[in-house]
Amino acid sequence: MAEILIAGVGATDFGDHTGRTGRELFAEARSSALEKSAVPRSDVDALYYGNYMGATAERQSHQAPLMASAVGTTDLEATRVENACASGGYAVADGVRAITSGEADVVLVGGLERMTPLETEETTAALARAADELHEGRPGLTFPGAYALLADAYMERFGGSREDLAHIAVKNHANATTNPKAQFQSEIDVADVLEAPSVADPLGVLDACPITDGAAAAVLVSGEYATKHDLEPAVAITGSGRGTETLSLQERGELTRTRAAESAAQAAYDRAEVTAADVDVAEVHDCFTIAEVLALEALGFYEPGAAITAARDGETTRDGTLPVNLSGGLKAKGHPVGATGVGQLVELTTLLEGTHPNADAVPDAKVGVTHNAGGTVATAAVHVLEVAK
Amino acid sequence: MSDEIIRETSYDAWLNALEVDEGYYLRGDSRATVPPAVAGKTDELERKTLPETGMVESKTVIRVPHPDFEDAAPYAIAIVDFGPVTLTGQVTGTDPEAVETGLVVEATVLEAEASGKRFVGFRPAGEVSDR
Repeated sequence: MAEILIAGVGATDFGDHTGRTGRELFAEARSSALEKSAVPRSDVDALYYGNYMGATAERQSHQAPLMASAVGTTDLEATRVENACASGGYAVADGVRAITSGEADVVLVGGLERMTPLETEETTAALARAADELHEGRPGLTFPGAYALLADAYMERFGGSREDLAHIAVKNHANATTNPKAQFQSEIDVADVLEAPSVADPLGVLDACPITDGAAAAVLVSGEYATKHDLEPAVAITGSGRGTETLSLQERGELTRTRAAESAAQAAYDRAEVTAADVDVAEVHDCFTIAEVLALEALGFYEPGAAITAARDGETTRDGTLPVNLSGGLKAKGHPVGATGVGQLVELTTLLEGTHPNADAVPDAKVGVTHNAGGTVATAAVHVLEVAK
Repeated sequence: MSDEIIRETSYDAWLNALEVDEGYYLRGDSRATVPPAVAGKTDELERKTLPETGMVESKTVIRVPHPDFEDAAPYAIAIVDFGPVTLTGQVTGTDPEAVETGLVVEATVLEAEASGKRFVGFRPAGEVSDR
């Protein structure tokens, strides 16, 4: 893969931004990213922008030109990318592809979601549309319900308990306490998770990520551009992979594996010429506690059936052998759907370059992975980031 | 029903058949599916009788409902293995919490009051039909 460097990243705080529009939030994120990159906005060749539910939440489709204006120029190619909760990760992947192909030298990748304008039932409906409408939406399957079916199948096959899952939420909340951008900077304990009301058995409110507003952006440049302009970014994207699986769960044959993420991970590892064993730190898509388990297995960190106890055993905690979601994850940092995949890139870049408030947990980290999943992992984008040589 | 080559893969037509206990699935060269079939040439799909019963493979009790079912919560959703194909649906005719993995059910067709949309339902096998 051609050399692709992360010249600058930026993000808003994740949380409730009532009173601010999506375009304002995106402008804040991209402004911060461009400023850090020292790349003039006139050099940006293309914008790839993730957004999922703008049509519902802000009555605004066709957001790409709007966000180009928020960059301050329409003299670029602008495209909105939509793959549900993986929209941001796919925006990153499209940016990587644009530079790899030689079509672009400088790309702005970003994502935004405003979710708080909607009532809970409207949000439930909007998120349910990421599942198969005929086979899943019509019978009344909600998004938490879909992950509950995955959790039930997993625990039926491999064992594990609600308590094991609770440790994932506890870990990610603990990580978020020191991340000023996180929505929940508060600790919870296992009893809190177990006693929280059920959303869809066996998943309770505290197994689930919150409803979040937020935006994130990153400036990607080719190695050639960086050399020519004396830029010395600390982190590179060395692998990018995407994977696809059937939209409905019923067509998959196996409910305890996420093959889209397995394919995406394999493609990303192959391009980066690394293996799962080389990875020092990861930001994974924990929209529900069970999702983190499935992610760790798809990424090859654990054998099938083995990841459910990883947080409980302290292996993925801040001081574990493989810290996962040091940002707080979707669970505690928040999940502004279309921004999440880019938000993961922002967090991991700063963790690797040593500027993240939790970077002291991984002072020697050289290789990191982001894992961003759409729906019930019917789409997945995985990126390998490495400290630039 | 004898196996026949079919070209009709409409979802509504499939529900109509399921509703009168003539459920079917479509068998192609490499896999079995249910309408609306979107892969392969429809004239290569063979219409096969859906087994009368299937077994619950995974289940959940939905407490925070889909907006189409606001007054129905809690309700159970299950993924049911019918052998050649697997279906997703709402389980009625039993306490939602009593739905267990391995429960044997038959497929039926239900209608959402709020939206008027029809969808797949399941009920424990061997119960007297309410029709």
